[in-house]
Amino acid sequence: MKERIYLDYAATTPVDPRVVERMLPFFTGTFGNPSSVHWFGQQAEAALESARETVASALGAQADEIVFTSCGTESDNLAIRGMAFTQRERTGAQRIITTPVEHHAVLHTVEQLAELNGFKMDLLPVDQYGMVDPEDLRHALRDDVALVSIMYANNEIGTINPIAEIGKLCLQRGVPLHSDAVQAAAHLPMNVVRDQIDLLAIGAHKFYGPKGVGALAVRKNVGLHPSQTGGGQENGRRAGTQNIPYIVGLAEALKLTVDDLEARRQRYTARRDRLIAGVLGNVSGSRLTGHPTERLPNHASFAFERLDGNHLLMLLDAAGFACSSGSACKVGDPKPSSVLNAIGLSQAWTLGSLRVTLGESTTLDQIESFIEVLPSLVTKVRGAA
Amino acid sequence: MTKGTSVVVAMSGGVDSSVAAALLVEQGYNVTGVMLRLWSEPGKEESNRCCTPDAMAGARRVAAKLGIPFYVLNSQDLFHNVVVQSFMDGYRNGITPNPCILCNQHIRWGFMYETARELGAEFMATGHYAQVNPKPDGSVELHRGLDPDKDQSYVMSVLPQEKLRHTLFPVGGMAKPEVREHARRFGLTVADRADSQDLCFLAGQDYRGFLARHVPEVTKPGKIVNADGRLVGEHQGLAFYTIGQRKGLGVAASRPLYVLEKTLATNELVVGDETNLGRNSLTAGGMNWIAGAAPAAPFEADVKIRYRAALAPAVVIPQSEDQISIHFKNSMRDITVGQRVVIYNGEVVLGGGTIRSSFNRFEEPA
Repeated sequence: MKERIYLDYAATTPVDPRVVERMLPFFTGTFGNPSSVHWFGQQAEAALESARETVASALGAQADEIVFTSCGTESDNLAIRGMAFTQRERTGAQRIITTPVEHHAVLHTVEQLAELNGFKMDLLPVDQYGMVDPEDLRHALRDDVALVSIMYANNEIGTINPIAEIGKLCLQRGVPLHSDAVQAAAHLPMNVVRDQIDLLAIGAHKFYGPKGVGALAVRKNVGLHPSQTGGGQENGRRAGTQNIPYIVGLAEALKLTVDDLEARRQRYTARRDRLIAGVLGNVSGSRLTGHPTERLPNHASFAFERLDGNHLLMLLDAAGFACSSGSACKVGDPKPSSVLNAIGLSQAWTLGSLRVTLGESTTLDQIESFIEVLPSLVTKVRGAA
Repeated sequence: MTKGTSVVVAMSGGVDSSVAAALLVEQGYNVTGVMLRLWSEPGKEESNRCCTPDAMAGARRVAAKLGIPFYVLNSQDLFHNVVVQSFMDGYRNGITPNPCILCNQHIRWGFMYETARELGAEFMATGHYAQVNPKPDGSVELHRGLDPDKDQSYVMSVLPQEKLRHTLFPVGGMAKPEVREHARRFGLTVADRADSQDLCFLAGQDYRGFLARHVPEVTKPGKIVNADGRLVGEHQGLAFYTIGQRKGLGVAASRPLYVLEKTLATNELVVGDETNLGRNSLTAGGMNWIAGAAPAAPFEADVKIRYRAALAPAVVIPQSEDQISIHFKNSMRDITVGQRVVIYNGEVVLGGGTIRSSFNRFEEPA
């Protein structure tokens, strides 16, 4: 069997063995329900609250500002839905400002609020890199805005938004800001105070934690309608018995990530830049998507002219390289990437996207062999069309 | 030779292709599963017989169980531009096309075959009931499937020698109960879907509605006339009738009337007695000879003029590499221009082509 090379760390990461180690005692030994009065419950509660402190300190927040959820998507849903209803009750505002390049966890949530609940959706323009211009936000921030939701860094094209400027504008107008940091938290130092973010969503499996657990940082003075009701856990903001082993895993993974952030950034950036130069230099009709420098350190994304991106993914997989595409589709019915549409690429390009994201196990040798194999596969795909 | 040889198997989620894949894995091949996403009318994607979401999920489950990679190939545009287009063009030109033949020729053993080769596969395999048997000289013969009820060699007669050499039919040498037995042995709980001859892109609906939407000019009412040109009724559109059809003409007559001919130029349907119906000869073109070349001299053979027709004894007269005439021993009721004719020598498929005309011997072909 040939070596399989994983280059899709933006989709998910393996769980760090140190994280698994930390999680294991909470399946069988320390199994109590943190809401219970007895010693078993208290032990679980201690682990939960310790995890909460760890996560809070990694995000520049206070412990009681952290809500644990089941994933990044749930965090986004809780933030947007919870805040939209709170704000409408409080101020009557029902305009939600977001961008066309958000993850579906955000876009589809805002769309549903608009369709079913009478909210209005405002899409800010983005530039050719998928970046928001704070000036556009300044003009859009009128009195009737309930919430702004702008992603920290884009999952598909890697572009990092000027989130601190965005946060400052929202603070000035007294409008809460939600930011989907599911990708960003794995690579950039998060600080909700520095960036003035009221609601920050993360998911553990993007930074070597387990799937099925996420968190939302909710600034203290911000009220939030719970989207899941029940026993009042998580300070009434997210009911349901907490998933202690996974929450412990999320906290440990985030701590390890934050400790190693700068070293990882340097390691990834050099490999990413070699990858980008190699692909653009060796494949005709190719372009980088997303910002050339203001992008996630592990993230390279491309568009190829006149190419079926799914077909390329299949040939890459057969050649041993696991990558992704903005129009990735497992049922053979690819749709042009809406992100690539939003940044103004023409139809000749929007089906031909490729995302290559690096991680802990990625070596320079792997990058070189990828660069070597890719051009011939692109030629094959173009020939098959 | 088989150990580690790469094979791409076309998977539908059904029992035949699932067992085909499982047998190849068991035999030690390096197997990759693929499924074609074919074109559907907008809004009818859920019911395209070849690739419903259920069928895809089923095929994916089988692939996962077998531990093989699985991909869906998007051939929607190609299928539309080649298969659906020629289906519509056929009716536009007054012939009854056979889209499944074109699909096998241009999509399965075209796009999918090329993709399999791109993926590094030596063979493409499917769950069809036909057999590829090697000859001592290194070439291969195409044989009927072992199970006479399931035999699909008629459709496979479109494959050229070169592609047959790189084709495997793992269940072609089995009877259906044996295939089901293998499915049980492998623990494959696949739905044994009812065989259907409906066209996949019609999504289980009548082809008449499809034609009315996409080729409205062939669904125009016109005259029904007898052989003398006398008006006997009105038809609903030439596309809705087949040669030899008796029922549904809506014409009152003392004797049963049959469709003899469709005259596209005047949009007339010609009807007559059963005695006028038979033709004992046909011409065909676009011949594919499995051996690679047309036989030099006329020969006796068994001939099929439709997928489900019985074999009929006939003399085949090669006119050129590409063209043949066939004289049947007995008159045939429903030789249909546009359908495929396939020539057999016992179990062996010699070749096939597209029916261009029918006539009675001692007449000149039209």
